[in-house]
Amino acid sequence: MAEAGQAAVRATRPPVLEIEGLKKHFPIKKGFLRRTHGHVLAVDGVSFTIGEGEALGLVGESGCGKSTVGRAILRLIEPTDGVIRIGGEDIRELSKRELKPFRRQMQIIFQDPYSSLNPRMSAGDIVGEPLSTHGIASGRKREEIVAKLFDRVGLSRAQMANFPHQFSGGQRQRIGIARALALNPKLIICDEPVSALDVSIQAQVINLLMDLQRDLGLSYLFISHNLSVVEHISQRIAVMYLGRIVEYADKTTIFTNPGHPYTEALLSAVPVPDPKIKRSKIVLQGDVPSPVKPPSGCHFHTRCPYAVDRCRSETPLLREIAPRQFVACHLR
Amino acid sequence: MTTTLDHSAELARAGANVSTRWQAIRFLARRYPLGAFGAFIILIFILTALLAHWISPYDPTLTNARASLAVPGAAHWLGADFMGRDILSRIIGGAQISLAVGIGATVLGLSVGIPIGLASGYFGGWLDLIIQRFIDIMQSLPLLVMALVMAASLGPSLRNTIIAIAIPLVPSIARIVRSNTLALKEMPFVEAARAIGIGETWIAARHVLPNTLAPLIVLATAQFGSAILVEASLSFLGLGVPEPYPSWGRMLSESAAEYMRTAPWLVIFPGVAISLVVFGANLLGDALRDLLDPRLRT
Repeated sequence: MAEAGQAAVRATRPPVLEIEGLKKHFPIKKGFLRRTHGHVLAVDGVSFTIGEGEALGLVGESGCGKSTVGRAILRLIEPTDGVIRIGGEDIRELSKRELKPFRRQMQIIFQDPYSSLNPRMSAGDIVGEPLSTHGIASGRKREEIVAKLFDRVGLSRAQMANFPHQFSGGQRQRIGIARALALNPKLIICDEPVSALDVSIQAQVINLLMDLQRDLGLSYLFISHNLSVVEHISQRIAVMYLGRIVEYADKTTIFTNPGHPYTEALLSAVPVPDPKIKRSKIVLQGDVPSPVKPPSGCHFHTRCPYAVDRCRSETPLLREIAPRQFVACHLR
Repeated sequence: MTTTLDHSAELARAGANVSTRWQAIRFLARRYPLGAFGAFIILIFILTALLAHWISPYDPTLTNARASLAVPGAAHWLGADFMGRDILSRIIGGAQISLAVGIGATVLGLSVGIPIGLASGYFGGWLDLIIQRFIDIMQSLPLLVMALVMAASLGPSLRNTIIAIAIPLVPSIARIVRSNTLALKEMPFVEAARAIGIGETWIAARHVLPNTLAPLIVLATAQFGSAILVEASLSFLGLGVPEPYPSWGRMLSESAAEYMRTAPWLVIFPGVAISLVVFGANLLGDALRDLLDPRLRT
C-alpha cells in the first residue's frame, strides 16, 4: 500500500533526469579540407529515466559509450540528437546562458582524481568556486559553506588551504565530491568515480556516496565497468554495448535473471570470493567491433553464442520481457 | 642492540625544518646552488642599476682628456676609454639601460604574447589558424634581424629599442602558451569548470593560464637575458640606445675594432658584464622552473 502511494507521488512529479533517443556521432575528418569521412557512433539512441533519490548504474566495456552518455547529459559534449529533460524541461537546445541555472541541478564526479582538480588552486577554492560562479556566497560566508562541505565529505577543515598535490587519491576524490555537492544538485553523474582508487579506498568512497544519497536525497547516474561496484550502489542497471542499451532492469533482476546474452557474459566475468564455487564461464570471442562500422542488425551478433540469422539483419528493440525488465534481444 | 637513527640530517635535506623565511632561503640555496648563484648575480645587477647614482665613482658621461685610455688602477678601477670616461661608471650606468630594456621588453612581450597564445590555443578554429600562420612568418626571421628592422624603422631611442626587442619575443611566448593551452584545455578539471557553468574566457584565464606559468617563467627569464643581449647587439650596430646613455653594447662597438689590442679592458669588462647577466638570468630561470611547479614543492 505504502509503496503504491509512493509510486503515485513519484509519477506526478517529473523524474530528475529523462533521456530519450540520445545520440552522439563524432564526425571523422580527414585530409586537407577536413571533409567528414563517416561517423563514430559513440551513443546511438539511448533512453532511460532516473527518479528522485534513485541510482542508475550504467555498465559496459570500455569504448561502449557510457562516459559519452554522461558528458552529453551535462552538455560537456554536444549531443547529436535526442531529448534530455532535467526536472521535466528539455535542455538539449538551450544556449550556454540558458543552461547555467540547470548546472545547479546536475554535477559530475570524474574518474581520475589527479587531473580533475586544478593543481594551482587550493582545495577550498576548488570547492568554493561553484558558489561564487552562481553568486550563492562569497567571502566569509563562502568559507563557512566550504568548511561544512569539507566536514560532509570527511575532510579536515584545516586542509582547506592545501593544494591538490598534498592530498592522497581518496582525499582528492572527496574534494571532487565536495565540489559536485557545492551547488546542492539533484543529480550527480559519477563517471567511474572509484576505478582509479585503491580497493580499500574504493569502499570508503562508495559508502560516502551512499550516505550522501540517503541524507540529501541525491540521484546518481553511476557509470562503471565494475559490476560489483554498481551492484552495491544502484537500484537499477542499464547495460550498454556499442552505443546502445541492451538491457535495462532492476538490480536484482539483472543479477539473478539476466535477459540479454551480453549481460550473462558480463556477469560470468564478475569474480566470486569463494574458490570452491565452480561456475561455467562464458568467454566472449573476439573484440568489440568498431563503432565506426557497427555490425548490422543486433550489434552483439558477432560475438553472441546464440546468434541466428534474424540477429544479423534486424535491429532488436528494447522490449519488456518481464515486469520492469527491458531487453533488446530477438531470442527473448 | 638498538640503533638510534639520526633523522635530522635527512629531514634537513627534505626541507622539513623550514619555518622562517630566512631558513627557507637557506634551504633553497642549498638545494639549487646554481639557481642561487644566478639569483645573486641578478640581484647584484638590479641593485647596481637602482643605486647607480650613488655608487658610480664618476659621472659616466664625463670626459677627461688626461685619463684617455687609462690603464685599470687606483684612479680608474676598470680603466677609462679614449675620451677618458671611467669604464666602471659606464658599466654601472649601462646596467640601468640593460635593466630597463630587459624588463621592459620582456614585460611588453609577455603582455602581448600571452593573450594571443591563450586565445589561439583555447578557442582554436580559424582564429588559431590565422594567428599561427602569422607567427610562422615572424618566426622565420631571426630575432636579431627582426629587431634590426624594427629598430631601423622606429629610430633610435630607449622606448623604441624596447618595442623593437619586444615584438620579436611575442611569437615564442605565444607558441609556448598555445602549446600548453592545447594540452590543458582537454584536462578533466577544465571539464569540471564547464560543468559548474563558468564562462569560457574565465576558464581560460583562471584554470588554463596559471598552469602555463612554470614554462612561462623559465622563458621570461631566458628572454630577459636575450633581450639584454639583443640590446647590446643593436647598440653595437648603432641602432640601439643613442648617446649619451652608456650602453654595454655600444661600449663594445666603439672600442672593439680600434683598441682590442692596445686597450683590451675597454672590450673585456663590458663583455664580462653582458655575459654575467645573461648567464645569471638563465641559471635563475632553470631554478625557478623547478621551484614554481607546485607538484615539486615540498
